[in-house]
Amino acid sequence: MRYSGFKVIREALHGHRGWGPAWRDAAPASDYDYVIIGGGGHGLATAYYLAKEFGESRIAVLEKGWIGGGNVGRNTTIIRSNYERDGNEPFYEFSLKLWEGLEQELNYNAMVSQRGILNLIHSDAQRDAFVRRGNAMRLHGADAELMSTEQILAKYPFLNVDNARFPIKGGLAQHRGGTVRHDAVAWGYARAADARGVDIIQNCEVTGFRMENGRCTGVETTRGTIGAKKVAACVAGSSSRLMEKAGMRLPIESHVLQAFVSEGLKPVLPGVITFGAGHFYCSQSDKGGLVFGGDIDGYNSYAQRGNLPVVEDVCEGGMAIFPMLGRARLLRMWGGVVDMSMDGSPIIDRTHIDGLYFNGGWCYGGFKATPASGFAYAHLLATDRPHEIATAYRFDRFQKGLMIDEKGMGNQPNLH
Amino acid sequence: MLIDHPILGPRDASEFVYKGDANLIHRPDWQAEDAAAQFFEYGYLRDNPAGPHRELWFHEQGDRSWLVVTRDTRTHEITKVELARDVARREGRSK
Repeated sequence: MRYSGFKVIREALHGHRGWGPAWRDAAPASDYDYVIIGGGGHGLATAYYLAKEFGESRIAVLEKGWIGGGNVGRNTTIIRSNYERDGNEPFYEFSLKLWEGLEQELNYNAMVSQRGILNLIHSDAQRDAFVRRGNAMRLHGADAELMSTEQILAKYPFLNVDNARFPIKGGLAQHRGGTVRHDAVAWGYARAADARGVDIIQNCEVTGFRMENGRCTGVETTRGTIGAKKVAACVAGSSSRLMEKAGMRLPIESHVLQAFVSEGLKPVLPGVITFGAGHFYCSQSDKGGLVFGGDIDGYNSYAQRGNLPVVEDVCEGGMAIFPMLGRARLLRMWGGVVDMSMDGSPIIDRTHIDGLYFNGGWCYGGFKATPASGFAYAHLLATDRPHEIATAYRFDRFQKGLMIDEKGMGNQPNLH
Repeated sequence: MLIDHPILGPRDASEFVYKGDANLIHRPDWQAEDAAAQFFEYGYLRDNPAGPHRELWFHEQGDRSWLVVTRDTRTHEITKVELARDVARREGRSK
């Protein structure tokens, strides 16, 4: 079924009885060419691009819960490509370009809104660093513009530019950045993958890997054994738990990241603001809630809920530059479990086990990467070679000293 | 979270800095034949369990002692707190 404005009007006149399910509730077959573990945004995008770009069929996506119930439904929905390192920027710019065409590609309204993202500057040193980052972005074809305080105030008149500790001295803007309706990304990819014959199997948890002569030939699940020529792990947040079943230890710690949303307000915040120095960022959803967050809690956790010191820290950061935030009531807060890697960058690579592939380590930034992650992972699975935008996301970069450390923090996952 | 410090009693976890898996106490021998491989594992690979986890917490805003805290990563429940010095000596470190 194709969605269109005409279809919406037609259904409105017929009591909305003509809408069918967006994807089939598939039962697992005994074997597939590709089994993708994890029905989050990245896993579904991988399945979609495998089917569409690489012409592969007989693909299954296994999800232990339901589609959209994990981190793809728990993030703060921001898209951007404002990275500095050579290993990262082409990848995220490719992702942003895929976001720009996503809705037409999937025939699904994902509410992609390029309302712009602004990183605030508070000192000369920070300005130098952001100018350098902006130049690195432009060298890779992304957009970046240095903004003066006056330009910022024209768009965001409510900002407190005279904060004693962090006065606002300018900002680095990426006007093509913005937000996307996160659930619709999962649903859109699921529907489009299903339409190309991908089996999306929910309530199916992987309990082990089937190994034959040192090769991975399938997975044991709560719904039986499923054979596969290639098995693709894609469960960021729980990567260590899954790969331990294959005997692997990863350069990853799982941490909890909290997010917050206020009650619905009239439009007050036209773009995305990040106040890195104060551990705070914020955007306004189309429903009106101010969606904001800050740092990870900072200790290993699989709990999907955080503690109050970080709540206080985030809200203090918000109040420092955004005093009107104090007039809004907090509606909800929640936590998601993220793979914090040792250099703050992800991994998309083969493992040392034939037939077993890995995608994870997305830290707190996996959502914006969803399309490119799926595309690059599909490329790796179909061709056994990394896509040219993802060649740096290797397992062995830690052994070889080729870390992609955007923040220069070293192997302290809670500092990235 | 409250951490029951062996010397100071219950302290708010926000007084501490988290320093990761307590196995980091056991730094490899730099003169070993396979020192490079051992240091790669020591520096970069983690068990990262879902369940009880022994981890290092540094009391930066307090008495600056290092603790080994056993905490369940699924519930944040803390079941054991020891001085890292005692743990290290018990496990064979000389100092």
